[in-house]
Amino acid sequence: MNTVLFLILYPVIVALLLLILPQLAIRKFIVGASTAILTVASIYLMIDYFNTGAVFFEFGTHTLNLGILFIEVALAAIIVYISVKHKQFLAALLMLTGAIMTIWFEVTHGNQIHATHNLFVDNLSLIMTLIIGIIGGLIALFAVGYMEEYHKHHPNVKNRVPFFFFIVFAFLGAMYGLVFANNLMWLFFFWEITTFCSFFLIGYSRDEIAIKNAFKALKMNLLGGLAFSAAIIYLFTNANTVELNQLPNLASTVVLLPAALLAFAGISKAAQMPFSSWLLGAMVAPTPVSALLHSSTMVKAGVYLIIRLSPVFAFVEGGATVGLFVAMVGAVTFLLASFMAISQMDAKRVLAYSTIANLGLIVVCAGIGTYELVWAAIMLVIFHAIAKSLLFLSVGTVENNVGDRIIESMDGLITKMPKVAIGMVIGIAGMFLAPFGMLISKWAALEGLVSANPILTVFVAFGSAATLFFWTKWLGKIIMIKEKPADFVAKIPVTEQFTLTALAVMTIGVCLLFPLISKYSLEPFIQAIYGHAYMLDQSNVAILLIMMGIILVLPLRLMTYGELNYRPQYLAGSNSSEKEKFYGSLGLTRDVTMKSFYLENIFGEDKLFKLGVVSSIVLIIIMFGVGI
Amino acid sequence: MSYLPKSPWLIHYDASSCNGCDIEVLACLTPLYDVERFGVLNIGNPKHADIFVITGSVNEQNKPVIQNLYNQMAEPKVVVAIGACATSGGIFRECYNVQGGIDKVIPVDVYVPGCAARPESIIDGVVKALGVLEEKHKNMTKVAK
Amino acid sequence: MSGINATIAVILYIVLAPVVGGLISGVDRKISARMQGRYGPPILQPFYDVFKLMAKQNIVVNKHQKFYVLCFLVFIIITGAIFFAGGDLLLAIFALTLGSVFLIIAAYSTYSPYAYIGAEREMLQIMAYEPMVILTVVGMYMVTKSFSVFDIAMFDQPLIYSLPGIFLGFVFILTIKFRKSPFDISMSHHAHQEIVRGVVTEFSGKELAMVEVAHWYENVFLLGIVCLFFASNPVIAIVLAALTYFLEIFIDNNNSRLKWQSALGSAWIVALVLGVGNIAFLALR
Ligand code: SF4
Repeated sequence: MNTVLFLILYPVIVALLLLILPQLAIRKFIVGASTAILTVASIYLMIDYFNTGAVFFEFGTHTLNLGILFIEVALAAIIVYISVKHKQFLAALLMLTGAIMTIWFEVTHGNQIHATHNLFVDNLSLIMTLIIGIIGGLIALFAVGYMEEYHKHHPNVKNRVPFFFFIVFAFLGAMYGLVFANNLMWLFFFWEITTFCSFFLIGYSRDEIAIKNAFKALKMNLLGGLAFSAAIIYLFTNANTVELNQLPNLASTVVLLPAALLAFAGISKAAQMPFSSWLLGAMVAPTPVSALLHSSTMVKAGVYLIIRLSPVFAFVEGGATVGLFVAMVGAVTFLLASFMAISQMDAKRVLAYSTIANLGLIVVCAGIGTYELVWAAIMLVIFHAIAKSLLFLSVGTVENNVGDRIIESMDGLITKMPKVAIGMVIGIAGMFLAPFGMLISKWAALEGLVSANPILTVFVAFGSAATLFFWTKWLGKIIMIKEKPADFVAKIPVTEQFTLTALAVMTIGVCLLFPLISKYSLEPFIQAIYGHAYMLDQSNVAILLIMMGIILVLPLRLMTYGELNYRPQYLAGSNSSEKEKFYGSLGLTRDVTMKSFYLENIFGEDKLFKLGVVSSIVLIIIMFGVGI
Repeated sequence: MSYLPKSPWLIHYDASSCNGCDIEVLACLTPLYDVERFGVLNIGNPKHADIFVITGSVNEQNKPVIQNLYNQMAEPKVVVAIGACATSGGIFRECYNVQGGIDKVIPVDVYVPGCAARPESIIDGVVKALGVLEEKHKNMTKVAK
Repeated sequence: MSGINATIAVILYIVLAPVVGGLISGVDRKISARMQGRYGPPILQPFYDVFKLMAKQNIVVNKHQKFYVLCFLVFIIITGAIFFAGGDLLLAIFALTLGSVFLIIAAYSTYSPYAYIGAEREMLQIMAYEPMVILTVVGMYMVTKSFSVFDIAMFDQPLIYSLPGIFLGFVFILTIKFRKSPFDISMSHHAHQEIVRGVVTEFSGKELAMVEVAHWYENVFLLGIVCLFFASNPVIAIVLAALTYFLEIFIDNNNSRLKWQSALGSAWIVALVLGVGNIAFLALR
C-alpha cells in the first residue's frame, strides 16, 4: 500500500525537484538515482504482492476527491487558456465540455459516490509497474544525455530542459496512478494527466508544426476523455458504481454502453484508426518522447484499459459483440498500419506505424478477450515496450550521429556504429522473428484467434506478411557490410550507451525468461479471472528456447573463420580498383548505391489511411450501436 | 576423382565478338546438342562458374572486365577461348583498338579454333577443359596438403 | 508422438531429406529437359553439383555472409525437424520464416546490387506467400482442432475434403516456394537471369552448396505439408505429393516469368479468394 502511494507520488516530487534545480550535473544525478529508486521500488512492490492475487485498498476520503477535482479543474483551465491563446477553439471546447461534465457530476453526485476500493494491485498492474519503472526510467536517463545533444543540433529551439524533465516524471507518476486506480474517477484523473503531459511533450520545440501536432493529439485524446467521463456518469447513474473491478459483474443492460465508451477512450489513446494520426504527428518531439509515448506510457495506457475490459467482453451477455467490433477496429488498424509502414522511409515513422499495428493486435486480443488472447495481449505489451523503446532510442542515437533518420542512410550501420547497430538488430529481430518475444505472442494470438474467431486470423496473416517485409528491409540496410567513411566518428554519451545496452539485454532476457513470467505472473492472473489459465505447451517452449540458444551461440562461428579469400562484389565485371565503385559510362567511376522498395503505389499512405479512417469509424459506430 | 568434371558450370563472356561465336555457344544449350547432358550449365556468374568461356578479342574496353571476371572466379578454374578472335584476335587483329587474343590478359587453357567455332568443337573444347580442371584440382589439393 | 519416435523421425529427416530432396531435384531437371525436347542431365546431377561446390575454393565478399548462410541452413533443418517430429505446425512455419530471413540478410550483407535486388524480390515473394501459408495452418486447425502435425496427420479423414480451396491456394504458392516460373523472380535455376543469380549471386563454393542443400530440406518439408492434406492414406499422400510436384514442373516449363507486381497480386488474390473463402465456409458451417 505504502509502496503504491510512493510510486505514484515519488515521481511527482522528482518532477518538481528537476523543475527547480536546472543544473545538468544535479539533473544527471537525480534522474539516475530516481531511475534506480523506481526500479527498486517496482521490484519491491512485485515481491511484496507476489502471488497475492488482486489486493484492494480502501484509501481515500472525500477531501482527497475534492483535491483531485481541484487539480483537474486547474489543469483544465490552463489547457483552455493555452488553446485559446493558440486559437485552437475546438480543443478549448472539448476541454471545457469535459471539465463541465466532471464538475457537474461531482457537484450533483459527489456526496453519494462511495467507492469501497480506490486503489488495487494485481499481476497486470505489477507488470505495468515494472514496465513504467524500468523502461520509463531508462528512457528518462537516456534523455539526460540526449537533450544536451538535441539542443546543440537544434539551436532555434528554446532550452526548456527542466520543464521537459518535469513533464516526463509527472507522466510516469500519472502512469503509476493509472495502473493502480480502481476507482474510475481516479483512473480518469490520471488518464487526463497523461493526455496533458503528452500534449506538452509533443509541443516541446514550440515550432509551428509541433504546436499543430500537439493540439491534434490533445483534441483526439480529449475526445476519448469525454467518452471516458460519459462512461463514468452513465455507470454511476445506472449501476451506482464507479469501480473498475465491478464491471464484469454488472448486468449487460447497464455495462455495455460504458464498456463501449471506455473502449473508445482506449482506442483514441492507443492511437488506433481513426486516431492513428496523432501518434505519427508526435514524431516531431525529441526522440525520447517518442520512446516514452510508444513503449511505457500513453499508448500503453490505452491498451491497458482495453485489457481491463476484456472480462466484460468475455463474460457479460452481449459483451462479445461489442468486443468483436473493438477487435475489428484493432484488426483493421493492424492490417493497414502494417501496410503503410512499408511505404515509409523515415525510421521513426516506420516505428510509429509498427507501434500502431502492434497495439492493434493487442486490441484484437483484448477485444475478443478469451484467456489465451489476454495472455497474448499482455505478453505483447511486455515485449513491445522493451523492443520498441530500444529501437526508438537507437534511432535517436543514430540520428544525432548520422544527421538524419532516413532508413536509406542507415546503409552499413554495422560498420559505422557496430554496437548501436547490434542493438537495433536485436530490437528488430525482437519485433518479428521467431524465437523472440513479439513472435511468441503473435503465435499465441493466432492460436487463440483461430478458436475464437477464424476470420480475424486473416487480418493477422496479411498484416504479418507486411510486417515481415518492412522489418527485413530495414534489417538488411543495417547489416550491410560497407566501407566506413574515413572521417566518421560516432559519439555516444555514456547515459545513452548504458540505456541501450540495458534495453538490448532485456530484450533478449525476457525472451529467455518468458516461460517464468508466464508461469508466475500471467497464469495466476488469468486463472483468477477466467478460472483456467493459458498453459504454454512445454515442448514448444523448449523448442523456442533451443532456437534462442542457437541464435545466441551461432555468432561465435564468426570468430572461428580463419583465412578467407576475399573478392569484391560482382558488378558485371566493371569493378574499379577502388572498393564499392565501378566504371560507369563515359569513363567515370561511380559509387555503388542501392535503394529499397517502398511500393508507394500499392501501400501508399494516402489511400490506405482514408480507407482505414472510414472503415474504423463505421466499426466504431456499429460498436456503439451494439452497446446501446 | 573429384566431381568437377561431372558438373562444369560456365560463364560465357562476349568480349568483342561479332556474335557469330556467341550464337554457336548458345546453340550448345539447345535440344540438338544439349550440353546439360554432361551437367554443363550456363550459370552467368563468375563466382559460381568453373569454366570461363570467352568469345571475341581483347580491346581497351573489355580488358578490365575480363580481368575482373577472372579474378572473381573460384579456384580451380579454366579459361576456354572460343573462335579465331578469342584465340588470336582473328580478323580484327589489326584494328587500332584490338590487343589480340584473350591470352594477352589472362592465362588461357583451351583454344577452340573456327570462325565461327562449330558447336561440336566448342563442346570438344569444354570437354578438354574438364581434363585441365581436374588437373588443377589435383594440384590445388596437393598444395593444400 | 512419443519422444523416441520423434527422435527417430528427426534423425531420419536430417539424414534422408537431402537424399530425397536431391533426387527430387534431379528428377525435376530430367523431366524439365524432356519437356523441352532435350535428353537432360543424369538423375544424380544435383549431387554432383553439390559435391563439386564443396571441392571448390570459397571466396567471399565478407565473412558475415558465411555466418548468415550457415544460420539459413540450420534453421531450415530445424523447421523440418519440428515438422517431422510431429510438433507445432505454426512454430515450424515461423522457423521457416526465420531461416528465409537469414538468407535474405546474407544477400544484403554483401552490399552487391544483384544480391540486393534478389533479396528485395525474395522479400516480396515471402510477403506474397506468407498469408496463404498461415491460412493453410488456420484451415488445418479448424478441421482437426490441433496445431500439432502429429494430430493433423492422424486425423481420420483426408483434409482435402474440407480444405479444397486451401489446398489449391497452397499449391499456387508452392510455385513461389519451389522457385518455379512464373514466380522465380528472386533467383532461378535457369539461365535466364536479368539479375544474375539474384539472392545467391555472391555465394560460392561451400556456401552455395549449403544454400542448395537447404533448398532440398525445404522442399521435402513443403511436400510434407502437401502430404498432410491426404494424410489418412500414406501411399495416396505420397503419390499425390509427387503429382503436385509434377504439376509444378509442368507450370515451370510452360510459363515465362512474371513481374513482381503480378506475383504479389495474384498470390494475395488467390489467398483471399481460395484461402479466406475456404475458411469462411468452414467458420459458417
Ligand atoms: S571468330 Fe569469327 S565468328 Fe567468332 S567472333 Fe570472331 S569473327 Fe565472329
